[in-house]
Amino acid sequence: MDWGALHTILGGVNKHSTSIGKIWLTVLFIFRIMILVVAAERVWGDEQDDFVCNTLQPGCKNVCYDHFFPISHIRLWALQLIFVSTPALLVAMHVAYRRHEKKRQFRKGDKKCEYKDIEEIRSQRFHIEGSLWWTYTSSIFFRLIFEAVFMYAFYYMYDGYQMPRLVKCSDWPCPNTVDCFVSRPTEKTVFTIFMIAVSSICILLNVAELCYLLTKFFLRRSKKAGNSKQQPNHENKEETKQNEMNELISDSCQNTVIGFSS
Amino acid sequence: MNWAGLYAVLSGVNRHSTAIGRIWLSVIFIFRIMVLVVAAESVWGDEKSAFTCNTQQPGCNSVCYDHFFPISHIRLWALQLILVTTPALLVAMHVAYQQHQEKKLLVLTGHADAKHMEEVKKHKVRIAGSLWWTYVCSVVFRLLFEAVFMYIFYMLYPGYQMMRLVKCEAYPCPNTVDCFISRPTEKTIFTVFMLVTSSICIVLNMAELIYLVVRACARRSRHNSNPSSGKGSFYGHKHSSEYKQNEINQLLTEQDGSLKDMLRRNSGLQEKGDRCSAC
Repeated sequence: MDWGALHTILGGVNKHSTSIGKIWLTVLFIFRIMILVVAAERVWGDEQDDFVCNTLQPGCKNVCYDHFFPISHIRLWALQLIFVSTPALLVAMHVAYRRHEKKRQFRKGDKKCEYKDIEEIRSQRFHIEGSLWWTYTSSIFFRLIFEAVFMYAFYYMYDGYQMPRLVKCSDWPCPNTVDCFVSRPTEKTVFTIFMIAVSSICILLNVAELCYLLTKFFLRRSKKAGNSKQQPNHENKEETKQNEMNELISDSCQNTVIGFSS
Repeated sequence: MNWAGLYAVLSGVNRHSTAIGRIWLSVIFIFRIMVLVVAAESVWGDEKSAFTCNTQQPGCNSVCYDHFFPISHIRLWALQLILVTTPALLVAMHVAYQQHQEKKLLVLTGHADAKHMEEVKKHKVRIAGSLWWTYVCSVVFRLLFEAVFMYIFYMLYPGYQMMRLVKCEAYPCPNTVDCFISRPTEKTIFTVFMLVTSSICIVLNMAELIYLVVRACARRSRHNSNPSSGKGSFYGHKHSSEYKQNEINQLLTEQDGSLKDMLRRNSGLQEKGDRCSAC
């Protein structure tokens, strides 16, 4: 079970997302997960081995490393990506539940069910409306919350996003104050800024998607309200047409009768 | 065979699970197995090489590491996840057995064409009858394994916090030696995370157990208040076609309702609707 499996799981959800949702998923997989796997993991690979302290005191290096890096950037990003991609599974579960209901209706031979084949139900794409709209909106909301929480956790733990070259450590068993040097600080800073930037883009995409869904919801609502007002006029028009047709038929019938009789 | 192989095996079981069972499976795969593979394994990767003791005595390092970490967290979690996910295979085996019986029944009733055989494989089996017992047993075993491993963890590593420093006196270390563990805070964070997800899984299993029991009781009370689903008679001349029809009816009643639906839809039994009491 790795990132590839997550990609397979979320690929299925993609079918029922909005266009912005699909863009968000692409950004997530290409600019975050892929960068993490092919580049960032190598940069942080020797983070502890090459963390060097200016002392021969055994244990000082371990303790200082633990003090300055309570949780590595790589692990934080991995957790962030897992948490941020999981709300989409709520949508997948809701869609699966709807499909299950439709299949049940189909099996019972319900006349209301408009599908001809169970395969059609399986491959059908559901519109984001009704309760699915609420599930989808909640999932976006959770995504936003998780992104924000992790960005804050990052900022809180590492005091800004820059990786220092040198840290001064005075934890026991280090004698007095000891200089410790971080491996590849500039490269780490570059990747940290990159991941932060992409994370911000993802937040923007989520906010845009939320606005889009809300706009669609209100438009649909106002259209429904408009339709229900027009309904009585519409019915009158239908009745009028039917009356006209009846008149034409009765006229033509009379003519025919007259024609026969003459 | 790796975690992906296990995922492939268990995805099949997913089809016949309850909704809570599917949520449990998702939590296991995404929040436990995936976190273990992509994050936790690299945290514990250098646990021995970066375990440093304040001594130059050869062998002291190895002995102290072995004394304080009889079995690594990562291996314990891997064992736990394997044992916890395996009872679901009991259900898979029972479902396969039921499907085999349904296929035999189709052959007996003369519906052994490819279309019906495919439908037997595809249709979702209801959790009723003996399958209900198997499913409940599998959930109970899951709970048991989770609890046992949580207890083992607590016994081996009292408290869930990873210490920065351990004091070691095992031979050949001279007197008492300070040994320093690598990444203790990160390890504590992941230990707590895995513990929390394990607890969530225990809660989900208990909820599923309660749901199954309540459903069974509800079904039973419905059955008691509506006893019209009569069984076919066993007592008739054994060689008569009526007896055979009754046997088929009996088997149909005992089988899952969806098989009846399937056969009914294909109108095999509709012509015999008057005689067929189980339909």
